[in-house]
Amino acid sequence: MEKNKGLLIKDGHIIDPSQGINGIGDILIEGGTIAAIDLKNGKRDRTGEKKIDNAAYGLKGLPDLQTIDAAGLYVLPGLVDLHTHLREPGYEHKETIRTGTMAAVRGGFTSVCPMPNTNPVNDNPTVTAFIIKKAVEEGFCSVYPVGAITKGQRGEELAEMGLMYDSGCRAFSDDGRPVMSSIVMRRALEYSRTFNVPIISHCEDLALTDNGLMNEGILSTTLGLKGVPSAAEEVMVARDIILCELTGGRLHIAHVSTEGSVRLIRQAKERGIRVTAETCPHYFSITEDAVKVYNTNAKVTPPLRAEKDLEAIKRGLQDGTIDVIATDHAPHHRDEKLQEFDKSPSGISGLETALSLGLRLVEEGVLTLEALAGKMAFNPARIVGIDKGTLRPGSDGDVTIIDSKREVTIDATVFASLGKNTPFDSWKLKGIPVITIVRGKIAFSVERTAFSEGRGIYE
Amino acid sequence: MTKDLVGIKEMSKEDIEHVLLTATSFKDVLKRDIKKVPALRGKTVVNLFFEPSTRTKTSFELAEKRLSTDVLNFSVPMSSVVKGETLYDTVKTIEAYGVDFIVIRHASSGVPHFIARNVSTSVINAGDGINEHPTQALLDAFSIMEKRGTLDGLKIAIVGDILHSRVAKSNIYLLSKFNTSIRLIGPPTLIPEVGDYGVEVFFDMDKGLKDIDVVMMLRIQTERQSRGFFPSSREYSKYWGMDMKRLNLTGNNTIVMHPGPMNRGIEIASDVADSSRSVVLDQVTNGIAVRMAVMYLLAGNGKK
Repeated sequence: MEKNKGLLIKDGHIIDPSQGINGIGDILIEGGTIAAIDLKNGKRDRTGEKKIDNAAYGLKGLPDLQTIDAAGLYVLPGLVDLHTHLREPGYEHKETIRTGTMAAVRGGFTSVCPMPNTNPVNDNPTVTAFIIKKAVEEGFCSVYPVGAITKGQRGEELAEMGLMYDSGCRAFSDDGRPVMSSIVMRRALEYSRTFNVPIISHCEDLALTDNGLMNEGILSTTLGLKGVPSAAEEVMVARDIILCELTGGRLHIAHVSTEGSVRLIRQAKERGIRVTAETCPHYFSITEDAVKVYNTNAKVTPPLRAEKDLEAIKRGLQDGTIDVIATDHAPHHRDEKLQEFDKSPSGISGLETALSLGLRLVEEGVLTLEALAGKMAFNPARIVGIDKGTLRPGSDGDVTIIDSKREVTIDATVFASLGKNTPFDSWKLKGIPVITIVRGKIAFSVERTAFSEGRGIYE
Repeated sequence: MTKDLVGIKEMSKEDIEHVLLTATSFKDVLKRDIKKVPALRGKTVVNLFFEPSTRTKTSFELAEKRLSTDVLNFSVPMSSVVKGETLYDTVKTIEAYGVDFIVIRHASSGVPHFIARNVSTSVINAGDGINEHPTQALLDAFSIMEKRGTLDGLKIAIVGDILHSRVAKSNIYLLSKFNTSIRLIGPPTLIPEVGDYGVEVFFDMDKGLKDIDVVMMLRIQTERQSRGFFPSSREYSKYWGMDMKRLNLTGNNTIVMHPGPMNRGIEIASDVADSSRSVVLDQVTNGIAVRMAVMYLLAGNGKK
């Protein structure tokens, strides 16, 4: 496809919470950016002078214009994943920037934020620049790296946040590990104010985790797997909220998994503290029961919790306590998961199931589709300060087109990700991304009948 | 019975009764002058012990030899495991040797399940992490029935480090399938969440021992002390150790069990360990009969 070819998405149901749009209409993308939106029924027309003249933009009038018939489909801003592990550099057997971003666009994501726990760690501008260069050369979507808070993610000395910010990092996290030292966390929240970037906190008190392997409770007793109490997460959520209040930094809590964390964040927000939070599809879709019987694909950090936690997460999503649904896409090699439960690494390959699992919340009435678009596109973009997650004219032409009625059986073997580690294999879900457009170009599309058979088309 | 014995959780009450009944016959064999039967001649067993074990391994090996199987002992320090071979490759290799049984002891919970899923060989759990030790629970049940005639109606106390004890877990699962009352006694730091297990928890040993018929003492690992589960051996012994004074709080017929090896003077006083109420050595003998029964039944039903 040529670079400047225009793209017209016709007759789709456009959902864009950033502009309050929820209705049938057309979107025109030109030069890689959103040029205009034209809503039917005269309800809204945010396009100002540049109204789409369907006659003028007909295929005859402009041969360079590609038209997508989106009738019966939803058209959303391209999804933004705030929490991704692309594994490159260092762990290319698990995932690469190429395969990870392929998985992203197959899952409807047009931007991802890869975490810094690579090898070497993304704790300096050279690694940041490498990731961005690779993403530009081989990536299928936009990549906004998350830099490490501390050198080597050791939790001791601050990493070069400023230099990494200048190289393209838009948030900082020691994800995979907590910043155990309270004084280091305090300094990070203070120092990061220079660049107005969020500190994404992996909340886990390692002393309380104590090498635990799954949620602590009756099931951990029954399986003989050492338990991780909810308190291991919650004491750190509480600490970080207190430090956030002390420092005036921007705190974002990663992968919220417990009822108590939701309560703490809700209270903090009520008090006006600048905290945001994310959860992941597995925390609102499945419980610790998925670990039975020693299923390493359900081993994840923080661990899958109990039913009461799952319900609390849903309520937190519903009332706005939890701002973001992120994937925590954590691909691992088959050999690594085919081990003793305690030896197996934690993580779920999540990019290619997240949207379908999110749509279940819409089906259940937990979220409206607008709210889901907020949590999977606009809110994460806003948190890391990127001009994404919106269909506002002038923004990048990132669009995700969804067939909400299409049924699909999850088949890990056809994942674009190298990581086939999912507890959702063979799940029957409804609603999938059918076309993913990145900066005005179709990055992924699926034939209407062939989703489960093939990986789709990458251009 | 199914192909494997991975845990008591996975066994039905009928399976358990079948094992206990079969073990009675094998116990008779063990009383004979010639203690060997040709029941499993031509079958091969691999004892795959990834954790140090003397008692369980010896007991299994004797049971295997008395059933006339060919026995291979897979010694971990000399194996490919130290060369970095994965457990998956190790057990697939053993399967390819064409053996009939893998007896597995491993420090990681769930390893017997993992192996059973990946090989067609019969897998017998000889203790996995802090999950289960099913043959110990079976031999304990056998020993209780030998002394008391039945499990039904008995009040049984399990005392000590329940949290880390696979013996305790398997016993709880087994005894729960029968009409018994189970009490767990120990410090709160060593009692896990037991939810709907239908057991009573006592931190006060003297109260917990009231009207008890059977006391199962557990070995206390001294390294738990440094991890902060209890302050010292002498304090542990004072509150949760079994001595004659405490034993006298129970009925006259109360029996005392211990899976061994015992820490004399810590969880069990010598006067109790060596008393007529102690069935510790009966447990050892019965272990062989029960393990013979398990293998015999698995060979009969699990294999094509």
